[in-house]
Amino acid sequence: MEFIKDFSGILLGTCRDVLPILLLITVFQLLILRQKIPHLGRLIVGGVYVVLGLALFLAGLEKALFPLGKIMATQLSDPVFIYGPGEIVTQADWKAYGWVYLFAAMIGFATTIAEPSLIAVAYKANEASAGTISTWGLRITVALGVAFGISLGTFRIVSGTPLYLYILVGYLIVVVQTVFAPKSIIPLAYDSGGVTTSTVTVPLVAALGLGLASTVPGRNPALDGFGLIAFASLFPIIAVMGYAQLMEWRTKR
Amino acid sequence: MIITLILKKLKAAFADLLPIILVIAFFQVVVLKQPLPHMGEVIFGALLVVAGLSLFVQGLEMGLFPIGEAMAHALARKGSLFWLLVFAFALGFSTTVAEPALIAVAAKAADIAGRGGLIDPSPESLKQYAFGLRMSVAFSVGLAILIGVMRILRGWPIHYLIIGGYGLVMLMTIIAPKEIIGIAYDAGGVTTSTITVPLVAALGVGLASTIRGRSPLVDGFGLIAFASLLPMIFVMGYGLLIFG
Repeated sequence: MEFIKDFSGILLGTCRDVLPILLLITVFQLLILRQKIPHLGRLIVGGVYVVLGLALFLAGLEKALFPLGKIMATQLSDPVFIYGPGEIVTQADWKAYGWVYLFAAMIGFATTIAEPSLIAVAYKANEASAGTISTWGLRITVALGVAFGISLGTFRIVSGTPLYLYILVGYLIVVVQTVFAPKSIIPLAYDSGGVTTSTVTVPLVAALGLGLASTVPGRNPALDGFGLIAFASLFPIIAVMGYAQLMEWRTKR
Repeated sequence: MIITLILKKLKAAFADLLPIILVIAFFQVVVLKQPLPHMGEVIFGALLVVAGLSLFVQGLEMGLFPIGEAMAHALARKGSLFWLLVFAFALGFSTTVAEPALIAVAAKAADIAGRGGLIDPSPESLKQYAFGLRMSVAFSVGLAILIGVMRILRGWPIHYLIIGGYGLVMLMTIIAPKEIIGIAYDAGGVTTSTITVPLVAALGVGLASTIRGRSPLVDGFGLIAFASLLPMIFVMGYGLLIFG
């Protein structure tokens, strides 16, 4: 009973997401384009599938994976787990957080593979490149980028180093890579930074960041808890361009 | 026939979810050494996720991709630059302004700014601050899609625009109040919802394949990159404006 209530709430939320798009398309079709939409019936069925599928997906995540992920993030960043019971720690030791970095990397990889936005963009990229870019190849490359980014982001929270330094260096790498990477991959690489951080990754990663910032001694959740998402959207860009450069270098040899 | 198709879709969705299951199992069993809490609920939830993901992907191919492309073709054929740009802006603005993730982030940002003594901490002014933040993000996403569409039409190389944008982000980071920087960086990530992304991707690729001399791969992508870059600049700009 409670589940049905939860599910209808999520379904309503998804419908609210679709409403502006629906209005926009209707207004443009009726007032400006003034033509019939081809295969209208199929489109409507597809639209219903998207809304229903997304609502089911989110309901399942909230029921199962989010609570579990959040509990694990707190357990792993708990000082008792990291330093052993009875230790009083005033200064965080970044070397003690090995499991946290590994967890961050693995959960970053796993959630990116399941990210619906990335699946959509990978389908489009496969189609637009006439099959040269494989959907799984792109998804795994992006997921590796996210894994590295989030792992580095948790290191930043633990060590308390300033966010802008990492972002600045990351941007510089992107700029240098842009000069040397094959021109056809650049727009897709930039896009893959934006699509990684959506329905699945954001809630889990935000929980990890805030959990760490509130348990690591000497960190302030308001200042240090944010910024993980920025890492998750910067490193896929580097990974995708790097992969394209590697492929180009291999075919040249 | 239909059953094998459904099974194939379910199998693909299960493969998408498998890494998450493995990671959680590994950490529970090997590292934390604790049994999974609420085992039944977790399995039920995972089944929902698999079913939902297969429906979503099916719906993408049947609904969102074709409508995005059909709109792109129709607008390009009509040949009116004005209406194409209005459509691009409205698509970005309207899908962002009501985005629940953005509403949550804006409220949190207002809370932090109020407690930090940057703005008057009365509920009235916090609300106004959060609203202003939401509006500036939505406006910036609309503008981003508009610039992205202009780029596809004119064939501007994307890297000048993006690298220029990065430069602006770094510049703003130096002068903006430091309480807003973390939020600003994250605002870029939360703007594009799961329904907007496929539509925007279909619009870009559709436009690039309709206009002669444009390649779908080189010119069709990049819209989402603008939509995650501009909000950062605008949120920091908003912080500068409000905090002085």
